[in-house]
Amino acid sequence: PSVGGAQVNVLEVRGERGLRNTAIVHVSVVFRTPTHLWVLQVSYPEWGLFHTCACVCVCVFPQVHVKMADEAVCVGPAPTSKSYLNMDAIMDAIRQTGAQAVHPGYGFLSENKEFARRLAAEGVTFIGPDTHAIQAMGDKIESKLIAKAARVNTIPGFDGVVKWRRADECRCVCLLGYPVMIKASAGGGGKGMRIAWSDDETREGFRFSSQEAASSFGDDRLLIEKYIDNPRHIEIQVLADKHGNALWLNERECSIQRRNQKVVEEAPSTFLDPATRRAMGEQAVSLAKAVQYSSAGTVEFLVDSKKNFYFLEMNTRLQVEHPITECITGLDLVQQMIRIAKGYKLQHKQEDIPINGWAIESRVYAEDPYKSFGLPSIGRLSQYEEPVRLSGVRVDSGIQEGSDISIYYDPMISKLVAYGASRADALKKMEAALDNYVIRGVTHNIPLLREIIVHPRFVAGDISTNFLPEVYPDGFKGHPLSAGDRRELLAAAAALHIAAQLRSQRFLGEQRVSAAAQERRHWELCLELEKSVHMLAVSHSRGTYTVEVDGEKVEVSGEWNLASALLPLSINGSHKVLQCLTRSPAGDISLQYLGTTFKVRVLSVLAASLSKHMPEKLPEDTSSILRSPMPGTVVGVAVKPGDTVAVGQEICVIEAMKMQNSMTAAKTAKVKSVHCKTGETVGEGDLLVELE
Amino acid sequence: MATYTLVRSSRFLAGIKCPFTSLVHVTKGTVATAVIGSRLLHNSRWYSISHLSVQDRIEEKRRAALVGGGQKRIDAQHKRGKLTARERIDLLMDPESFVEYDMFVEHRCADFGMEADHNKYPGDSVVTGQGRINGRLAYVFSQDFTVFGGSLSGAHAQKICKIMDQAMMVGAPVIGLNDSGGARIQEGVESLAGYADIFLRNVMASGVVPQISLIMGPCAGGAVYSPALTDFTFMVKDTSYLFITGPDVVKSVTNEDVTQEELGGARTHTAVSGVAHRAFENDVDALLNLRNFFNFLPLSNKDPAPVTECHDPSDRLVPGLDTLVPFESTKAYDMLDIIHGIVDERDFFEIMPNYAKNIVVGFARMNGRTVGIVGNQPKVASGTGAAYCRACCLDINSSVKGARFVRFCDAFNIPIITFVDVPGFLPGTAQEYGGIIRHGAKLLFAFAEATVPKITVITRKAYGGAYDVMSSKHLRGDVNYAWPSAEVAVMGAKGAVQIIFRGKENQAEAEAEYVETFANPFPAAVRGFVDDIIQPSTTRKRICRDLEVLASKKQTNPWKKHANIPL
Repeated sequence: PSVGGAQVNVLEVRGERGLRNTAIVHVSVVFRTPTHLWVLQVSYPEWGLFHTCACVCVCVFPQVHVKMADEAVCVGPAPTSKSYLNMDAIMDAIRQTGAQAVHPGYGFLSENKEFARRLAAEGVTFIGPDTHAIQAMGDKIESKLIAKAARVNTIPGFDGVVKWRRADECRCVCLLGYPVMIKASAGGGGKGMRIAWSDDETREGFRFSSQEAASSFGDDRLLIEKYIDNPRHIEIQVLADKHGNALWLNERECSIQRRNQKVVEEAPSTFLDPATRRAMGEQAVSLAKAVQYSSAGTVEFLVDSKKNFYFLEMNTRLQVEHPITECITGLDLVQQMIRIAKGYKLQHKQEDIPINGWAIESRVYAEDPYKSFGLPSIGRLSQYEEPVRLSGVRVDSGIQEGSDISIYYDPMISKLVAYGASRADALKKMEAALDNYVIRGVTHNIPLLREIIVHPRFVAGDISTNFLPEVYPDGFKGHPLSAGDRRELLAAAAALHIAAQLRSQRFLGEQRVSAAAQERRHWELCLELEKSVHMLAVSHSRGTYTVEVDGEKVEVSGEWNLASALLPLSINGSHKVLQCLTRSPAGDISLQYLGTTFKVRVLSVLAASLSKHMPEKLPEDTSSILRSPMPGTVVGVAVKPGDTVAVGQEICVIEAMKMQNSMTAAKTAKVKSVHCKTGETVGEGDLLVELE
Repeated sequence: MATYTLVRSSRFLAGIKCPFTSLVHVTKGTVATAVIGSRLLHNSRWYSISHLSVQDRIEEKRRAALVGGGQKRIDAQHKRGKLTARERIDLLMDPESFVEYDMFVEHRCADFGMEADHNKYPGDSVVTGQGRINGRLAYVFSQDFTVFGGSLSGAHAQKICKIMDQAMMVGAPVIGLNDSGGARIQEGVESLAGYADIFLRNVMASGVVPQISLIMGPCAGGAVYSPALTDFTFMVKDTSYLFITGPDVVKSVTNEDVTQEELGGARTHTAVSGVAHRAFENDVDALLNLRNFFNFLPLSNKDPAPVTECHDPSDRLVPGLDTLVPFESTKAYDMLDIIHGIVDERDFFEIMPNYAKNIVVGFARMNGRTVGIVGNQPKVASGTGAAYCRACCLDINSSVKGARFVRFCDAFNIPIITFVDVPGFLPGTAQEYGGIIRHGAKLLFAFAEATVPKITVITRKAYGGAYDVMSSKHLRGDVNYAWPSAEVAVMGAKGAVQIIFRGKENQAEAEAEYVETFANPFPAAVRGFVDDIIQPSTTRKRICRDLEVLASKKQTNPWKKHANIPL
């Protein structure tokens, strides 16, 4: 299970047949849609080994990805509390199938010590670390203390509670140096949290934070920590067996995040030098050893601009982004986890762990990147093609054409991994993979991913966890077209339009068709793109269209397969893959170009000149109506008809994919009617509330 | 003829009267200056009446015909967001393919000062001719609102009749672009006779060549019956109206306050009355869409359904269909997902998408060949009542919508593919009083008499009489498939158990027994009522193959003058 150059290593690892005679022949995998399938795919059929069983919820039960497992058990209805978090149901499933081991996947019960304990009680192997490691690392304060004891760099600060005393305050600030972060001990959700850059700000921050903490949590105790400004998020993959051996498998850089969720990850990091990498790796291993860790785990660090690194937390499970580590090290982590669970010693020594090439992972989400870098969207995947034909590209997904993306789970469609000999190579492959990825029926974040990986700052490796808000302070707006891009896009649209026109005149076996239209070789078209109008001259010979755009000639050629979702073209000799999303008889074409979807209107000169007489349709007045910006569940309605609301006042709250979104009034007005009620499911664009 | 007297007082005719005086001077003026210049160049024969050579007069007339009611009226037409009759034809037809007929025809009315020169327009208030749409022949008439408000004179009607007669002889569709205020009152009965002449030809051409009406302006009074007789009526949003009597008359007769848009706009006719089959945003959008629609149609009833070049592999599997029908039989899904997945390039031209949404009908292609598609729509509940019971039931409106579509396909050699998920006919007094029995019979009649290739796929429920109706094997379905999720039975488990096991203690157990016996495709399959139970993902492949086989199907109904469909 790897890509590109890493394959050789994997084969070596697989060459070992030791597991054949082991007792684990029946593995249960607790997974959900869509990304947990990888664990099923790597069920090592070439070992003749596993009988896999998937525990799935009812909404995916009849679906395809269940087919990947040898057996599937339904553990309950869609809400996770009734299925994937329903330990009783899962234990029943394990008993029913006679599974000997359980791989918990990611999320849900994967870091649940109670689940691990219950499995142990039944004599079922938990493919993961021991209960005490899960427990120790699950607690933020305890894990920090253990880390400190294991001589792991932690964020400097007072481990204890800072009292409201001047001496303390000054002392700690002297110790830490600015900036510092003041946090409520009982806090959460950003409340009672302040960043201070000076003594004055510290004093003020103390006052406000303690007041806020007192009013919000009834507890005014405060913590103080060094504030890591513009940090990078870099994590170390560790692997430890039950015999006290542990390895670090290099780092993963996961700094590109939105709302604390990773979007693009890479391994290795552009930022680490061998010395820092070694230091981080060794600390990670010493932490793992300190908690007698076994199995695969991840130690997360924050790294500041001076390459100081600080322990953040340890994840005691397989991470979503583990494939990039597999790519550069050639190790199969799931396989290693199973070996370790069975009690085998590690096969490798630290010096065997290479960094071969570069791997990048993009998380493809079903969400609208134009709304705060991604608001969830749902729908049915009417068309879906993964770019798996490309070399050096791996796609981990649990869905296929026809799958439903529902509001019940997080909106990840797949993990798209590109692997190359160098970073530049990997980025090129990722570009191609994103261009060749066909997703129809749900809004997805490929436009954003495609922009990130070509952004000069990302390409230069100049990133931090604040990358997205820094680069797109006004929100993501799609690919900005340069003059050259614009010409290419217009030429492609014009050529596509003519190719479609020509085809619509080709009837088979029809005697009564006039040939005149077919003989035409030259067209004049009027194209509208982003509100600007361009006149184009197109001429055609044998599949190649020569398009004159703004005084420059662009040559477009291709196969012109109008049924294919992908439109591979040669534009002025360079290979570009576009996607045609829609093509209406009235000349409206949606083209995905460089990741972003552009709407182009293609009309004959005659139709364009007559279009100016067409009446403008008035857009709906949106200030007095509130529509749901996304599909989700109404969790609260704060108004009723007749109420007066002020600008910005909360009207209702929609929950979608584990996120709550507050809907506010756009103007001060009286509520005319309310069209939703608590608990109801709403679709994107559904009318929620009307104002007068 | 009550309708005509009512029209007389409608607001349209008031509008028509104004051009009589205002426009003609402009036209005359421009022509006159042009003529003086060219007179000396031509040494032709002189007519005593005009002092112009024949050649000059021809040119003068042509020029006059091309500007219709004159620039001022053209500008007014544009200002309303409408194109002129000729602009519409230019957009509809392939470039330089249009051949105009009867450009010199003028009206013959001599009353009310109509005989005056300035009241005569070469070509009168309609442009007629033939041309090509994507290389294929079509006849077209386009009413010219700039000339007497597009009102219908004897000459106007005669021009339309001429192209209709020829279209029937050569076998090519007739497209009407309607934009007319109604009858030309000055001509009296001659105008009424004109309407009737057109109606007669509409009826004679029905089933011989496809007839399409695109309503691009007002169409009121008796005039509405011509579009109503044609196969398809399309409208332009906001600028077109169809009604028997206008809002003023409605107000005076029934005291209802209603706007033109509410009474007979595109929204009304596509969603409420079912008079129009589809609406488009504006003139340009409508005409470009009409070109696209035209490609689905055969030229006449003697021509086979057209086959276009197709890039979509005929053996393409559609994996998404295997998981589409939900596990629980009460859960909805979208029939359009099935249709889009199966047809070529997801290209489906839906007919009446906003009317009787519980049945989906429209045109698509399979391996390039036009097919008609009929499908129950589980996503949409019909009528009123409990939502689940109503899901995808057949009701009055959907039966009529389906029946008319099936008959069009049958008349024009278009194979019919039917997707069945129907729990029955919709119960209730509203339906019974409305005559669901005779309306439902229309759909039954249409499917039964159709002799084109008929392929049926039962995706889920096929219950009761509705199972029979939906192109079942018993109505000469050529190939009938069931998906594994199909249930063919007299009724659903709950209802059946209450009858079969009346009084039995354990209803749940009885229900389970019924489900086990009937809620699957086997009872129908063992009797040969479905030919095969197929994996949904292979549906496209199977249908494409079947259509190839059935292309040479020959079936005739017994000789009859005509059948007597329950109207």
